[in-house]
Amino acid sequence: MKRFTALAAGTAVALALGAANAQAERGSDGNLNVLYWQAVSVLNPYLSGGTKDVEGSSVVIEPLAKYDEAGNMVPALVDEIPTVENGGVSEDLKSITWKITPGLLWSDGTPFTANDVKFTADYCMAPDGGCQQISKFQDIESIEVIDDQTVTINFTVPKPFPYTAFVGAETPVIQKAQFENCIGANAPNCTEQNFGPHGTGPFKVVEFRANDVITFEANEHYRDPAKPSFATLTLKGGGDAASAARSVLETGEFDYAWNLQVEPEVLEQMSAAGRGQVVTSFGTSVERIEVNLTDPSPDKGENRSTLEAGPHPFLSDPAVRKALSIAIDREILVEAGYGASGQPTCNILPAPENYASTNVNWCLEYNPDEANRLLDEAGWAPGGDGIRAKDGVRLSLLYQTSTNSVRQATQALVKDMWQQIGVETELRNIDAAVFFGGDPASPDTFQKFYADVEMYTNNFPGTDPEAYMAGWLCDGIPSPKNGWLGANMPRFCSEEYDALTGQMAETADLAARGEIAKKMNDILSNEGALIPLIHRGDVSAHSVTVDGVRMNSWDSELWNVADWTRKE
Amino acid sequence: MLNYTLRRLMFAIPTLLVISFIIFALLDLAPNDPTGNLPLTIPPDVREQIRQSLGLGEPFPIRYLYWLQQFFINEPLNLLERMFGFEIGNSAERLRIRSWATRSPVVDLIIERMPQTLWVVGMSYVVGILIAIPVGIISAYRQYSWFDQIGTFVSMVGFSVPTFFTGVVLIVIFSVNLQWFPSIYDTTLKVTDWSSFWAQVRQMVLPVMVLALYNAAQLSRFVRASMLDNLNQDYVRTARAKGMKERVVLLIHVLRNSLIPVVTVIALGIPTIFSGAIITEQIFRVNGLGQLLIIAIQGADIPLVQTLTFIFAVLIVFFNLIADLLYGILDPRIRYE
Repeated sequence: MKRFTALAAGTAVALALGAANAQAERGSDGNLNVLYWQAVSVLNPYLSGGTKDVEGSSVVIEPLAKYDEAGNMVPALVDEIPTVENGGVSEDLKSITWKITPGLLWSDGTPFTANDVKFTADYCMAPDGGCQQISKFQDIESIEVIDDQTVTINFTVPKPFPYTAFVGAETPVIQKAQFENCIGANAPNCTEQNFGPHGTGPFKVVEFRANDVITFEANEHYRDPAKPSFATLTLKGGGDAASAARSVLETGEFDYAWNLQVEPEVLEQMSAAGRGQVVTSFGTSVERIEVNLTDPSPDKGENRSTLEAGPHPFLSDPAVRKALSIAIDREILVEAGYGASGQPTCNILPAPENYASTNVNWCLEYNPDEANRLLDEAGWAPGGDGIRAKDGVRLSLLYQTSTNSVRQATQALVKDMWQQIGVETELRNIDAAVFFGGDPASPDTFQKFYADVEMYTNNFPGTDPEAYMAGWLCDGIPSPKNGWLGANMPRFCSEEYDALTGQMAETADLAARGEIAKKMNDILSNEGALIPLIHRGDVSAHSVTVDGVRMNSWDSELWNVADWTRKE
Repeated sequence: MLNYTLRRLMFAIPTLLVISFIIFALLDLAPNDPTGNLPLTIPPDVREQIRQSLGLGEPFPIRYLYWLQQFFINEPLNLLERMFGFEIGNSAERLRIRSWATRSPVVDLIIERMPQTLWVVGMSYVVGILIAIPVGIISAYRQYSWFDQIGTFVSMVGFSVPTFFTGVVLIVIFSVNLQWFPSIYDTTLKVTDWSSFWAQVRQMVLPVMVLALYNAAQLSRFVRASMLDNLNQDYVRTARAKGMKERVVLLIHVLRNSLIPVVTVIALGIPTIFSGAIITEQIFRVNGLGQLLIIAIQGADIPLVQTLTFIFAVLIVFFNLIADLLYGILDPRIRYE
């Protein structure tokens, strides 16, 4: 009933616009109802880096280029992505030149120019502004406006991957004319601007109610005259993930609901109503068990879990690491805790396509017999209590993770699986704030790693894995010398790996970077220093009456909302 | 009476100052970080800059004094300007209390949300009273009858089952299965004609019923107990002996006397209307003050939490005074002089 009235109202609007001649035209599909259960607070991602605010603003303000669902860059406000080949990126990798599509208009009808791009960078880089995306503008020396359609960003250092600022929903271009007086300390005071930015996107703000609901209507100056096909968009907030899922899947009140991290069986039951469809997409998040290659035993004192403590008594044996990995039935872990939002994986770098290796899949097959055989062969013989031992060293592990119901369920399952190959496991969970808190005084942080194995999820922003993969350099091993900073939890160290990292920092060609990244992933995964478990995805749901949703983990989920249509 | 009122009002000022200090100190001591909800990919040094830009670099006493000035001087001046349309001093330079999450003035957010809370929660209060009084009267008059037993049972259930449970049960029955009422409150709906009025009524039914059940359960027990106290009094026997109709005895003599404590309870409950029904508003996505508070708490939006809690404290102090005064007006035996 409600949808019917909404449709009727939308049709009336479309008729009023006098656009009822072609079959796919702007505003012909009525209202689109979107639910973000974390309500949008402000439509300016520079003032709020929260995912909900970034995605909410993405329907109004746009970056120069976006990421598609495969993680490839697609031009938005430009005609092509600058590269070294087409001359857009300088040979020394120290500058990038964007050529803006001619004829673009802001939603207030004024032309979009390179000055707006330069202004946006100035806005974020202004002191005292508290810009939350400043890390995307790092290493920028200057921004030059060549002419109205051309802007060059100069970096202080060579940037093999210069697509940081103005690529992706976190760094959209804002209008100079509108935000001119909102620079620096004044930024938060511009409530009117922050709640209703002018944009180049498919919709413009009609009414903004902070932390509640935003009403948008089609932007009549949008670059594609046939889009968006919805005349209005309502972005509602509030509630929780489960009831958001219900409103799309069961009651059909909403067309799209975001971020539905709900128990898999609950989602399944709701989708049985047939009103909506659950969609998932996978970014770079991987739930993994990291293996401590150094000795964490307390009698090592200060040197505990550092290279000085020497190799781990049994985890330094590659056969043990491999056996532990293939003794885990990843399918069961997915079924129990993740459902559609998880996939078994053997790779630490599972995406984007260009960087994702497909070579490692030996761990996908659950094979306790092979694991037992490997351990037998390596000389680990079962003792009287069923636990394997060699030269007085028992295969007994301390397995730590953060406190979280899914993680504890996974721990219990893994403990049981390892029991079957004669490995004893003691479980431990630590409050997330302490575990990830990184306080050097606490013995319980994931960097100190006073345990044999630990489990958590990590990922990286954007699509370029260079910084992330560089985390496993020999230099990145946390130790008292560097204040326990560093991302190399397994204390992994390989000359070959370090050399590849250096090579990547000098390579600009995307395909070549992909090859290097794959090699690095294969080394890490085959070595067994990391036991990847589950490639974790994002889950949303859309109504069966909406077409064109291309679920995206690399950019805003609403990145292509201009292409969404109502199915008859 | 006037003397007493003035004395109470004077006494309220130090009370409120102490309350505001305690709230501010508690929020400051709580392990809350406004950047805690940001994605893990934002580096630690950027987080520090964000905290500085929110004013967290200042020491605690300075921030408290700023807040006092903004709340007691700047915001009232702004409200006056808004109501009467003239400018007092340099209003553009005046610092306002700004929410950290939305970066907009806190008072504007509260004004935007006040009507929905008053409508939904206020309506549920009225409905609750309208149900509770007759139920309480009949239950007391026919004590231990089947009506009383059922009434007792229902109010026990209504009082002890939490609203987050009844809310979801009602959604599953009436929105998912029967599809009679929407499960989500459309806050953009404007009542312009009969059909939009009907839509407004339909979307108010579920949240109002959930809260009304809870309020009625509580109040009906008060009405019943108070009626029972009075039914055994001598003046009731006298009235009956004088040959008055049972109806007159019950509704005029007994009810009027029984309502004195009930009115106080109702008055004391009014501040809870303003604070909204946090859980119910969240379940049905009513954009009221309760929902504003919970979002602010989750996002560590301290200026917003501070201001809202303090406003609730003011209302509680104020309605306590009202209840005391009402008592004096309704019951001539009580004198405050």
